[in-house]
Amino acid sequence: MMTLRLYMAQRISALIMAPLVLMHIGVMIYAIQGGLSAAEILGRTQGSAFWFLFYGIFVIALSVHAAIGLRTVLSEWAGLRGSLLNGFSWAVLVLLLILGMQAVYGVTAT
Amino acid sequence: MVDKNHISVSVWRGGATGSFQDFKVKLEDNQTVLDVVAWIQAYADPTLSYRYACRVGMCGSCAMMVNGSPRWTCRTHVNKVLVDGKMEIAPLRNLPVIKDLATDMDPFFEKWVTAEGLHHPTKTRDDPIEAIDPSNAARVEINEGIECINCAVCYAACDTVASNLDYLGPAALQRAWSVYNDSKDAGKQAVLDAVSGAGGCHNCHSMGSCAVHCPNDLNPMKAIAGLKRETARNFFKRRT
Repeated sequence: MMTLRLYMAQRISALIMAPLVLMHIGVMIYAIQGGLSAAEILGRTQGSAFWFLFYGIFVIALSVHAAIGLRTVLSEWAGLRGSLLNGFSWAVLVLLLILGMQAVYGVTAT
Repeated sequence: MVDKNHISVSVWRGGATGSFQDFKVKLEDNQTVLDVVAWIQAYADPTLSYRYACRVGMCGSCAMMVNGSPRWTCRTHVNKVLVDGKMEIAPLRNLPVIKDLATDMDPFFEKWVTAEGLHHPTKTRDDPIEAIDPSNAARVEINEGIECINCAVCYAACDTVASNLDYLGPAALQRAWSVYNDSKDAGKQAVLDAVSGAGGCHNCHSMGSCAVHCPNDLNPMKAIAGLKRETARNFFKRRT
Protein backbone atom coordinates (compact mmCIF):
# COMPACT_ATOMS: atom_id res chain seq x y z
CA MET A 1 0.00 0.00 0.00
CA MET A 2 2.99 2.24 -0.62
CA THR A 3 2.23 5.33 -2.69
CA LEU A 4 4.80 7.66 -4.23
CA ARG A 5 4.26 10.23 -1.46
CA LEU A 6 4.85 7.70 1.32
CA TYR A 7 7.83 6.28 -0.58
CA MET A 8 9.42 9.73 -0.91
CA ALA A 9 8.71 10.60 2.74
CA GLN A 10 10.39 7.37 3.85
CA ARG A 11 13.40 7.81 1.53
CA ILE A 12 13.93 11.46 2.45
CA SER A 13 13.64 10.72 6.18
CA ALA A 14 16.23 7.96 5.67
CA LEU A 15 18.56 10.43 3.95
CA ILE A 16 18.20 12.80 6.89
CA MET A 17 18.75 10.03 9.43
CA ALA A 18 21.84 8.48 7.85
CA PRO A 19 24.38 11.20 8.85
CA LEU A 20 22.59 11.76 12.19
CA VAL A 21 22.90 8.05 13.06
CA LEU A 22 26.60 8.07 12.23
CA MET A 23 27.18 11.19 14.33
CA HIS A 24 25.01 9.82 17.17
CA ILE A 25 27.07 6.62 17.32
CA GLY A 26 30.35 8.50 16.81
CA VAL A 27 29.66 10.88 19.71
CA MET A 28 28.61 7.97 21.93
CA ILE A 29 31.89 6.14 21.32
CA TYR A 30 33.86 9.36 21.79
CA ALA A 31 31.96 10.46 24.91
CA ILE A 32 32.28 7.24 26.92
CA GLN A 33 36.08 7.26 26.74
CA GLY A 34 37.20 7.61 30.35
CA GLY A 35 33.81 6.82 31.89
CA LEU A 36 30.38 8.34 31.64
CA SER A 37 27.91 9.89 34.03
CA ALA A 38 24.43 11.39 33.70
CA ALA A 39 25.77 14.71 34.91
CA GLU A 40 28.40 14.70 32.18
CA ILE A 41 25.80 14.12 29.45
CA LEU A 42 23.39 16.70 30.82
CA GLY A 43 26.24 19.17 31.16
CA ARG A 44 26.79 18.88 27.44
CA THR A 45 23.17 18.84 26.31
CA GLN A 46 21.26 21.11 28.70
CA GLY A 47 20.63 24.50 27.18
CA SER A 48 22.26 23.47 23.90
CA ALA A 49 20.34 24.64 20.85
CA PHE A 50 22.59 22.44 18.69
CA TRP A 51 21.73 19.18 20.47
CA PHE A 52 18.06 20.19 20.65
CA LEU A 53 17.98 20.66 16.88
CA PHE A 54 20.15 17.58 16.26
CA TYR A 55 17.95 15.20 18.22
CA GLY A 56 14.73 17.11 17.41
CA ILE A 57 15.30 16.55 13.68
CA PHE A 58 16.43 12.99 14.40
CA VAL A 59 13.18 12.21 16.25
CA ILE A 60 10.98 13.72 13.52
CA ALA A 61 12.80 11.85 10.72
CA LEU A 62 12.76 8.60 12.69
CA SER A 63 9.05 8.88 13.55
CA VAL A 64 8.10 9.45 9.91
CA HIS A 65 10.38 6.65 8.71
CA ALA A 66 9.26 4.10 11.29
CA ALA A 67 5.55 4.88 10.95
CA ILE A 68 5.65 4.32 7.19
CA GLY A 69 7.71 1.14 7.57
CA LEU A 70 5.35 -0.24 10.18
CA ARG A 71 2.42 0.74 7.96
CA THR A 72 3.76 -1.55 5.22
CA VAL A 73 4.27 -4.41 7.68
CA LEU A 74 0.76 -3.99 9.10
CA SER A 75 -0.70 -3.88 5.61
CA GLU A 76 1.17 -6.87 4.18
CA TRP A 77 1.41 -9.12 7.23
CA ALA A 78 -1.69 -8.20 9.25
CA GLY A 79 -3.90 -7.32 6.27
CA LEU A 80 -4.93 -3.90 7.63
CA ARG A 81 -6.51 -1.64 5.01
CA GLY A 82 -8.10 1.78 4.61
CA SER A 83 -8.80 4.01 7.60
CA LEU A 84 -7.74 1.36 10.12
CA LEU A 85 -4.31 1.19 8.49
CA ASN A 86 -4.00 4.97 8.24
CA GLY A 87 -5.28 5.50 11.79
CA PHE A 88 -2.78 3.02 13.18
CA SER A 89 0.09 4.59 11.23
CA TRP A 90 -0.77 8.11 12.38
CA ALA A 91 -1.01 6.82 15.96
CA VAL A 92 2.48 5.30 15.67
CA LEU A 93 3.81 8.58 14.28
CA VAL A 94 2.27 10.63 17.10
CA LEU A 95 3.40 8.18 19.78
CA LEU A 96 7.00 8.17 18.53
CA LEU A 97 6.99 11.97 18.26
CA ILE A 98 5.68 12.38 21.82
CA LEU A 99 8.11 9.86 23.31
CA GLY A 100 11.07 11.19 21.31
CA MET A 101 10.38 14.87 21.84
CA GLN A 102 9.83 14.28 25.54
CA ALA A 103 13.30 12.74 25.71
CA VAL A 104 14.82 15.59 23.68
CA TYR A 105 13.17 18.13 25.97
CA GLY A 106 14.32 16.16 29.02
CA VAL A 107 18.01 16.34 28.16
CA THR A 108 18.19 19.78 26.56
CA ALA A 109 15.86 21.91 28.76
CA THR A 110 17.54 23.96 31.44
CA MET B 1 9.34 -43.60 -6.67
CA VAL B 2 6.72 -46.02 -7.90
CA ASP B 3 9.27 -47.89 -10.01
CA LYS B 4 12.15 -46.96 -12.30
CA ASN B 5 9.94 -46.39 -15.34
CA HIS B 6 7.11 -44.49 -13.67
CA ILE B 7 6.71 -41.29 -11.70
CA SER B 8 4.15 -40.31 -9.09
CA VAL B 9 2.42 -37.03 -9.96
CA SER B 10 0.19 -35.09 -7.53
CA VAL B 11 -2.19 -32.85 -9.44
CA TRP B 12 -4.47 -30.19 -7.93
CA ARG B 13 -8.14 -30.98 -8.49
CA GLY B 14 -10.97 -28.57 -7.75
CA GLY B 15 -11.19 -24.79 -7.47
CA ALA B 16 -10.08 -22.57 -4.62
CA THR B 17 -10.83 -25.51 -2.37
CA GLY B 18 -9.86 -28.93 -3.50
CA SER B 19 -7.15 -31.52 -3.02
CA PHE B 20 -4.26 -33.22 -4.76
CA GLN B 21 -4.91 -36.38 -6.75
CA ASP B 22 -2.09 -38.83 -7.42
CA PHE B 23 -1.41 -40.28 -10.86
CA LYS B 24 1.13 -42.85 -11.98
CA VAL B 25 2.72 -41.70 -15.23
CA LYS B 26 5.23 -43.54 -17.44
CA LEU B 27 8.60 -41.81 -17.57
CA GLU B 28 9.71 -40.95 -21.12
CA ASP B 29 12.87 -39.44 -22.59
CA ASN B 30 12.81 -35.62 -22.88
CA GLN B 31 9.35 -35.56 -21.29
CA THR B 32 8.10 -32.12 -20.26
CA VAL B 33 5.76 -31.31 -17.37
CA LEU B 34 3.14 -30.30 -19.95
CA ASP B 35 3.56 -33.74 -21.59
CA VAL B 36 2.74 -35.31 -18.24
CA VAL B 37 -0.38 -33.16 -17.75
CA ALA B 38 -1.49 -33.88 -21.33
CA TRP B 39 -0.92 -37.61 -20.82
CA ILE B 40 -3.03 -37.61 -17.64
CA GLN B 41 -5.89 -35.87 -19.44
CA ALA B 42 -5.64 -38.13 -22.50
CA TYR B 43 -5.18 -41.48 -20.78
CA ALA B 44 -6.03 -41.25 -17.06
CA ASP B 45 -8.71 -38.64 -16.45
CA PRO B 46 -10.32 -36.65 -19.30
CA THR B 47 -11.96 -34.27 -16.81
CA LEU B 48 -8.62 -32.68 -15.94
CA SER B 49 -8.62 -28.98 -16.92
CA TYR B 50 -5.47 -27.13 -17.89
CA ARG B 51 -4.37 -24.47 -20.36
CA TYR B 52 -1.77 -24.51 -23.10
CA ALA B 53 -1.37 -23.44 -26.70
CA CYS B 54 1.99 -23.28 -28.49
CA ARG B 55 4.04 -25.93 -26.59
CA VAL B 56 7.28 -24.14 -27.53
CA GLY B 57 7.59 -21.37 -24.92
CA MET B 58 6.14 -18.52 -26.94
CA CYS B 59 2.52 -18.07 -25.89
CA GLY B 60 2.80 -18.01 -22.09
CA SER B 61 -0.35 -20.10 -21.54
CA CYS B 62 0.91 -23.17 -19.73
CA ALA B 63 2.52 -21.78 -16.55
CA MET B 64 1.79 -23.83 -13.42
CA MET B 65 3.28 -24.37 -9.99
CA VAL B 66 5.64 -27.33 -10.19
CA ASN B 67 6.89 -28.53 -6.81
CA GLY B 68 5.92 -25.12 -5.41
CA SER B 69 7.74 -23.03 -8.03
CA PRO B 70 6.09 -21.28 -10.97
CA ARG B 71 7.35 -22.65 -14.28
CA TRP B 72 6.52 -22.72 -17.99
CA THR B 73 5.55 -26.36 -18.15
CA CYS B 74 6.11 -26.82 -21.89
CA ARG B 75 9.81 -26.04 -21.56
CA THR B 76 10.41 -27.71 -18.20
CA HIS B 77 11.83 -31.21 -18.46
CA VAL B 78 10.44 -33.68 -15.95
CA ASN B 79 13.88 -35.03 -15.01
CA LYS B 80 14.91 -31.50 -14.03
CA VAL B 81 12.17 -31.14 -11.39
CA LEU B 82 11.57 -34.70 -10.12
CA VAL B 83 12.22 -35.21 -6.41
CA ASP B 84 12.52 -38.91 -5.49
CA GLY B 85 10.44 -39.84 -8.53
CA LYS B 86 7.65 -37.49 -7.46
CA MET B 87 6.25 -34.22 -8.73
CA GLU B 88 3.49 -31.88 -7.57
CA ILE B 89 1.60 -29.77 -10.11
CA ALA B 90 -0.72 -26.98 -8.98
CA PRO B 91 -2.41 -23.92 -10.53
CA LEU B 92 -0.48 -20.63 -10.60
CA ARG B 93 -0.20 -18.84 -7.26
CA ASN B 94 -1.75 -15.39 -6.65
CA LEU B 95 -4.55 -15.93 -9.18
CA PRO B 96 -8.11 -17.26 -8.69
CA VAL B 97 -8.40 -20.94 -9.62
CA ILE B 98 -11.12 -21.70 -12.16
CA LYS B 99 -10.73 -25.48 -12.11
CA ASP B 100 -7.83 -27.86 -11.57
CA LEU B 101 -4.76 -26.30 -13.22
CA ALA B 102 -6.54 -23.44 -15.00
CA THR B 103 -6.43 -20.03 -13.31
CA ASP B 104 -8.41 -16.90 -14.08
CA MET B 105 -5.83 -14.63 -15.74
CA ASP B 106 -8.13 -11.56 -15.80
CA PRO B 107 -6.66 -9.85 -12.70
CA PHE B 108 -3.19 -10.27 -14.20
CA PHE B 109 -4.08 -8.72 -17.56
CA GLU B 110 -6.33 -6.04 -16.06
CA LYS B 111 -3.30 -4.77 -14.15
CA TRP B 112 -1.40 -4.27 -17.42
CA VAL B 113 -4.10 -1.78 -18.39
CA THR B 114 -4.19 -0.22 -14.90
CA ALA B 115 -0.41 0.30 -15.14
CA GLU B 116 -1.00 2.15 -18.46
CA GLY B 117 0.90 -0.63 -20.21
CA LEU B 118 -0.76 0.34 -23.45
CA HIS B 119 0.16 2.49 -26.42
CA HIS B 120 -0.53 6.23 -26.31
CA PRO B 121 0.03 7.38 -29.90
CA THR B 122 1.99 10.50 -30.83
CA LYS B 123 1.00 10.42 -34.50
CA THR B 124 -1.89 9.56 -36.75
CA ARG B 125 -2.00 7.00 -39.55
CA ASP B 126 -1.37 9.84 -42.01
CA ASP B 127 2.02 10.73 -40.55
CA PRO B 128 5.20 9.07 -41.86
CA ILE B 129 6.58 6.23 -39.72
CA GLU B 130 9.08 7.50 -37.18
CA ALA B 131 12.58 6.06 -37.52
CA ILE B 132 13.89 4.46 -34.31
CA ASP B 133 17.61 4.16 -33.67
CA PRO B 134 18.12 0.64 -32.23
CA SER B 135 21.23 1.77 -30.32
CA ASN B 136 19.41 4.63 -28.57
CA ALA B 137 19.69 4.20 -24.77
CA ALA B 138 15.94 4.32 -24.14
CA ARG B 139 15.34 1.81 -26.94
CA VAL B 140 18.02 -0.53 -25.55
CA GLU B 141 16.26 -0.34 -22.16
CA ILE B 142 13.13 -1.75 -23.83
CA ASN B 143 14.96 -4.75 -25.35
CA GLU B 144 14.29 -6.95 -22.32
CA GLY B 145 10.71 -5.92 -21.63
CA ILE B 146 9.42 -6.74 -25.10
CA GLU B 147 10.59 -10.36 -24.72
CA CYS B 148 7.92 -10.90 -22.05
CA ILE B 149 5.47 -13.66 -23.04
CA ASN B 150 2.80 -12.72 -20.43
CA CYS B 151 3.01 -16.13 -18.73
CA ALA B 152 2.42 -14.70 -15.20
CA VAL B 153 5.26 -16.77 -13.74
CA CYS B 154 6.72 -13.60 -12.16
CA TYR B 155 3.28 -12.64 -10.84
CA ALA B 156 2.92 -16.06 -9.21
CA ALA B 157 6.47 -15.88 -7.82
CA CYS B 158 6.03 -12.42 -6.27
CA ASP B 159 5.61 -12.41 -2.48
CA THR B 160 4.54 -8.77 -2.59
CA VAL B 161 1.57 -9.69 -4.81
CA ALA B 162 0.76 -12.49 -2.36
CA SER B 163 0.50 -10.07 0.57
CA ASN B 164 -0.96 -7.12 -1.35
CA LEU B 165 -3.40 -8.12 -4.10
CA ASP B 166 -3.66 -4.48 -5.25
CA TYR B 167 0.00 -4.55 -6.26
CA LEU B 168 0.29 -4.34 -10.05
CA GLY B 169 3.03 -6.97 -10.13
CA PRO B 170 6.31 -7.39 -12.02
CA ALA B 171 4.99 -8.04 -15.54
CA ALA B 172 2.60 -5.09 -15.70
CA LEU B 173 5.23 -2.75 -14.26
CA GLN B 174 7.86 -3.99 -16.68
CA ARG B 175 5.41 -3.31 -19.49
CA ALA B 176 4.80 0.20 -18.11
CA TRP B 177 8.58 0.75 -18.07
CA SER B 178 8.79 -0.29 -21.74
CA VAL B 179 5.97 2.07 -22.68
CA TYR B 180 7.62 4.87 -20.66
CA ASN B 181 10.86 4.43 -22.62
CA ASP B 182 9.14 4.26 -25.99
CA SER B 183 9.89 7.44 -27.97
CA LYS B 184 6.69 6.81 -29.93
CA ASP B 185 4.56 6.97 -26.78
CA ALA B 186 2.81 10.16 -25.67
CA GLY B 187 1.63 8.90 -22.28
CA LYS B 188 4.75 9.20 -20.13
CA GLN B 189 3.07 11.19 -17.37
CA ALA B 190 0.05 8.87 -17.47
CA VAL B 191 2.40 5.91 -16.94
CA LEU B 192 4.19 7.59 -14.01
CA ASP B 193 0.86 8.49 -12.39
CA ALA B 194 -0.49 4.97 -12.94
CA VAL B 195 2.50 3.34 -11.20
CA SER B 196 2.52 5.79 -8.27
CA GLY B 197 -0.72 4.74 -6.56
CA ALA B 198 -1.51 2.32 -3.74
CA GLY B 199 -0.69 -0.70 -5.93
CA GLY B 200 2.23 0.94 -7.71
CA CYS B 201 5.92 0.25 -8.21
CA HIS B 202 6.88 1.64 -4.77
CA ASN B 203 5.43 -1.48 -3.13
CA CYS B 204 8.23 -3.61 -4.60
CA HIS B 205 10.63 -4.85 -1.91
CA SER B 206 13.25 -5.83 -4.50
CA MET B 207 13.16 -9.46 -3.37
CA GLY B 208 13.88 -10.51 -6.94
CA SER B 209 11.67 -13.60 -7.22
CA CYS B 210 10.44 -12.26 -10.57
CA ALA B 211 13.97 -12.21 -11.98
CA VAL B 212 14.82 -15.63 -10.51
CA HIS B 213 11.76 -17.38 -11.92
CA CYS B 214 11.27 -15.58 -15.28
CA PRO B 215 11.56 -18.34 -17.90
CA ASN B 216 12.99 -15.84 -20.40
CA ASP B 217 15.64 -14.60 -17.93
CA LEU B 218 14.16 -11.10 -17.89
CA ASN B 219 14.59 -8.80 -14.90
CA PRO B 220 11.32 -7.01 -14.04
CA MET B 221 12.90 -5.89 -10.74
CA LYS B 222 15.31 -3.74 -12.76
CA ALA B 223 12.42 -2.22 -14.71
CA ILE B 224 10.60 -1.47 -11.43
CA ALA B 225 13.76 0.18 -10.08
CA GLY B 226 13.73 2.35 -13.22
CA LEU B 227 10.12 3.36 -12.54
CA LYS B 228 10.97 4.18 -8.91
CA ARG B 229 13.86 6.34 -10.10
CA GLU B 230 11.78 8.20 -12.70
CA THR B 231 8.81 8.77 -10.39
CA ALA B 232 11.15 10.10 -7.68
CA ARG B 233 12.81 12.46 -10.17
CA ASN B 234 9.40 13.55 -11.39
CA PHE B 235 8.22 14.10 -7.80
CA PHE B 236 10.73 16.95 -7.40
CA LYS B 237 10.28 18.32 -10.92
CA ARG B 238 6.59 18.90 -10.41
CA ARG B 239 7.23 20.84 -7.21
CA THR B 240 9.93 23.21 -8.47
